[in-house]
Amino acid sequence: MNCIKIETTDLNLYYGNYHALKAVTMDIRADAVTALIGPSGCGKSTFLKTINRMNDLIQGVRITGRVCLDGEEIYAPGVDVTTLRRRVGMVFQQPNPFPMSIYDNIAYGPRVHGEKNKNRLDEIVERSLRRAAIWEETKDRLKKPAPGLSGGQQQRLCIARALAVEPEVLLLDEPTSALDPVSSLRIEELLLQLKKSYTIVIVTHNMQQAVRISDDTAFFLAGTVVEWGRTGQFFSRPRDRKTMDYIAGRYG
Amino acid sequence: MPRKIKDAVAYMVIYLAAFYSVLLLAGIIVYVFAKGFPVFDLPFFTTVSSVVKGTVGIAGNILNTVYIVVLTLLAAVPAGVGAAVWLNEYATPGRGVRLIEFATETLAGIPSIVFGLFGMMFFGTTLGFGYSILTGSLTLSLMILPLITRNTQEALRAVPDSYRNGAIGMGAGKWHMIRTILLPSAMPGIVTGILLAVGRIVGESAALLFTAGSGYLLPEAGSGFVSKIMESGGTLTIQMYLSLARAEYDTAFGIAAVLLCIVLAFNLLIKILTRNKFFAG
Repeated sequence: MNCIKIETTDLNLYYGNYHALKAVTMDIRADAVTALIGPSGCGKSTFLKTINRMNDLIQGVRITGRVCLDGEEIYAPGVDVTTLRRRVGMVFQQPNPFPMSIYDNIAYGPRVHGEKNKNRLDEIVERSLRRAAIWEETKDRLKKPAPGLSGGQQQRLCIARALAVEPEVLLLDEPTSALDPVSSLRIEELLLQLKKSYTIVIVTHNMQQAVRISDDTAFFLAGTVVEWGRTGQFFSRPRDRKTMDYIAGRYG
Repeated sequence: MPRKIKDAVAYMVIYLAAFYSVLLLAGIIVYVFAKGFPVFDLPFFTTVSSVVKGTVGIAGNILNTVYIVVLTLLAAVPAGVGAAVWLNEYATPGRGVRLIEFATETLAGIPSIVFGLFGMMFFGTTLGFGYSILTGSLTLSLMILPLITRNTQEALRAVPDSYRNGAIGMGAGKWHMIRTILLPSAMPGIVTGILLAVGRIVGESAALLFTAGSGYLLPEAGSGFVSKIMESGGTLTIQMYLSLARAEYDTAFGIAAVLLCIVLAFNLLIKILTRNKFFAG
């Protein structure tokens, strides 16, 4: 039984007048994969972004309720966003390697957080690339521009970049939707490896993917969490009629 | 007229129109170089014109041009790039930003002689810099500011938001993100703006005539290179204007050939820089 890593209580989020998240209350377990599923525009990506406060960047966002990481309120005044984002890393839908070398991409985060020592940076780069299962493909071209990698490699590079700052939580926003099936499978295998040491939250449009890799699943619809629980139970015996309809493919 | 002939005529006319600019450029280049190259010799580039020594040279004007280009860029680039970064990354979009952008565009359309008048009165008289390279440079820096701001803004807009999100998501502060990701990605665009500005500076005459004057002497060795900033100094273009006015057509063509070489070199550089998007995925 894994303990609770992230806990949201009565979380509401508004984009101006639009009520995007409605009273979301759910737990995310440590060292497990939690999948967020639901139709487009249901609020699952918005929910993901509240966990490392990426919504702060958007004008007119208002948030009420609580989001706790290890029991600490992350929207409390005085919380250092930089530290929060070091602990909670994020990988986006479109692979977004920076226009610099593979090495500098991985070293970017550690440098942001003050690491200057060349030897230690070398170690971090190798360790991060190994963890993201992309070391063998990149070790001879670390100084080459990262945008020259294939899409799947770029996404694993972005995962490696997120891992380089030793986060505790990894948020992934549809990380495989821009990739071919083989690259997607490699990412899935990687996430199964990573969940041993990281709390993983993944937004996915692909229900088979949720079944394959997640321990818990949450179903979002129109800004609310309709149902969340253990993935096995969620898909075999959904409690809510709407969940049943969604996983049966009747809408969405 | 049968349709076939109509088509052929139309084709010819369009073809000629398309090649008109090429022919024009080639014609000017050939004409100017044919008249200008015979003037080229070592003293032309290494001495200044002197009745006593019997020399005809543009060394002083070349140096003035370098001074004015460097000083103008020093004044305009930080302000222009800074304004663009603020407008694009910090300012809340709205009436204020639109007003500033409108002002910048209008500034770009003002005839350069008006800048010259303002520069002469404000920098020359009010601030007391007189006819000097400094007055000229400050005047030109106002003139090229819109060029640099606009090009930098365009370049920043072309940087995908995913870079911004990626860096912010790693915990980078905004300024850190701008310094390490945005400005390097936008660099080819920024440099293109700067090179276009250099072209404007090198080719400018009206705004400089009443601000930087027409001094053509070389500075004295040593501290003369610093105090030169406060002295009158005409660029190549100004000297060409004066040579024409004095009916020294050989010198004028010589300078014209030099200017053409500079412009061609810069245009080539811009082409290379804008094509060679090393990092674009």
